[in-house]
Amino acid sequence: MSWWTTPASDTQVTNSQRIWLYVLASIIMFLLVVPILIVIPMSFSGSQYLEFPPTSWSLRWYQEYLETPRWVSATITSLEVATLTMLVATPLGTMAAYGLFVSGHPIGRLVFFVLMTPMIVPVILIAIGTFYVFGKIGFVNTITGIVLAHSVLAIPLVMIIITAALRTYDLNQERVARSLGATQTRAFFAITLPQIKFSVVTAALLAFLTSFDEVIISIFISGGGNSTLTKQMFSALRDYIDPTIAAISTLMVVISTTLMLGVQALGRNEKD
Amino acid sequence: MPKSLKNYEANLNSNALELARKKEQFLLLGLTSPALLAICLIIVIPVGWLFFMSFFGTSGEFSLENYQKMLQYKSYARVFAATFKVSILTTLLCIIIGYPLAYFLSELPKKYAGLFMLTVLLPFWTSLLVRTYAWLVILQRKGLINNFAIEYGLWETPIKLVHNLNGTLIGMVHIMLPFLVLPLYGAMKRIDRQTIQAAANLGATPIQSFWQIFVPLSLPGVVAGSLIVFVLCLGFYVTPAVLGGGKVILVSMQITAILQDQFNWGAASALGVVLLIATFAVLAVASRAFKLDNIMFGKQ
Repeated sequence: MSWWTTPASDTQVTNSQRIWLYVLASIIMFLLVVPILIVIPMSFSGSQYLEFPPTSWSLRWYQEYLETPRWVSATITSLEVATLTMLVATPLGTMAAYGLFVSGHPIGRLVFFVLMTPMIVPVILIAIGTFYVFGKIGFVNTITGIVLAHSVLAIPLVMIIITAALRTYDLNQERVARSLGATQTRAFFAITLPQIKFSVVTAALLAFLTSFDEVIISIFISGGGNSTLTKQMFSALRDYIDPTIAAISTLMVVISTTLMLGVQALGRNEKD
Repeated sequence: MPKSLKNYEANLNSNALELARKKEQFLLLGLTSPALLAICLIIVIPVGWLFFMSFFGTSGEFSLENYQKMLQYKSYARVFAATFKVSILTTLLCIIIGYPLAYFLSELPKKYAGLFMLTVLLPFWTSLLVRTYAWLVILQRKGLINNFAIEYGLWETPIKLVHNLNGTLIGMVHIMLPFLVLPLYGAMKRIDRQTIQAAANLGATPIQSFWQIFVPLSLPGVVAGSLIVFVLCLGFYVTPAVLGGGKVILVSMQITAILQDQFNWGAASALGVVLLIATFAVLAVASRAFKLDNIMFGKQ
């Protein structure tokens, strides 16, 4: 009973007096998580309809997914685009964040604002704008086009993570290296980068996921053999809801959960 | 050596150093150029084009036709009203639901906080398409809630829970909540809890110290979070398109519809430009009113 009557925190309120807060928070957390997890059992249903709990179990919807060429090709496209986006956005965003952080040039603030615009400009504008411009230069329905657009969406996220890491890092170490004769480049790769490497990996994973989950730009500028998984899912959602989507959703939840737990583990490493 | 010459040399030296420093600053700033180039190609040029095209009417001549139409036709006003209504409602619901959750998380001892935080991070990391799909499965006519309620006799015929405003709001609040809770949690964690103890010491009841000390100190977090949510809502597309069932038409959906049905780039661009200006206006007013710079980029 001691938990019941001890103060909950630095206030005079005991745990029992604010049990309502615990109940309320539990309900909210339940409603946040359960809708995502509910598609998992449904994807193993043996029935033709979506039902919960499923009356019979089978892997038929996974089989359906693997045997439908448009789903398989869309998955490959999405993985390819996400990997390339990660490889483009991570170095570009890291360079920009590092450059801005150490430069201290008065114009840096303006540059930072420009680099953050992808987070402010409504994505629908980027989608139709790039659709138009890419149409002129033959980039529509190409991997290059989607990777470029997705990279621009990911750059601000990479920059935010890297800037936060640089804030907690002591730049004097780099100055020491330079006073001992290292060039700026060498000092960065030998001294700074190893110390922010976990943040760089986190940023890379976030860039991957940003691309993998992106819908609107993909709807406009990916198509044909280069349609992304999200584009295919979106059109499927508007027509007829097929339990195959539950199977695909489950795979996507597994991918994002794995990446998220990876990032959490990295974060713990960084602090130690 | 005469004194003036010494001074002169020192000056020369400091000038050279200053020049070298400026040069280095500029070179380091050059590291941003690949990212700037990418943003130029994907944001500046395309959005600039849209801006340009918005001034060309159906006849292909330079005019304000597209903007005049927006003022003339009630349908445009309705779309903008719906967009603001949905954005405001979503933001308010996120604050009402997110504040107690963030407070609960911020009060937890460190070893549990990480674990419970996963309940906010999991939705944050999960594809919004998957989450929208999940709500469709739960709320539709033969969905989870209707089946459950009918089986247990709560109601007899299926109730329409989705393909309307309510369904859209449920989905949008679920998707936006992490964007509010994460910055709010950060702000609450930064509050010095000794201020609460001091208030108690001076005779405040727990309710008084919560409302008069804790809530005002957490307001920067509420502002930052709700601003992110509101701005994201203004341009939202996927969830209202799927869960709204055509009943909820937001600006972004109208833009797509104009392009798909009429292939009218001028009208679509003009709508986009107004949406962009509205977004910037909200951010500008908020940054004036709340000193946003300190909230977003201030020292932690």
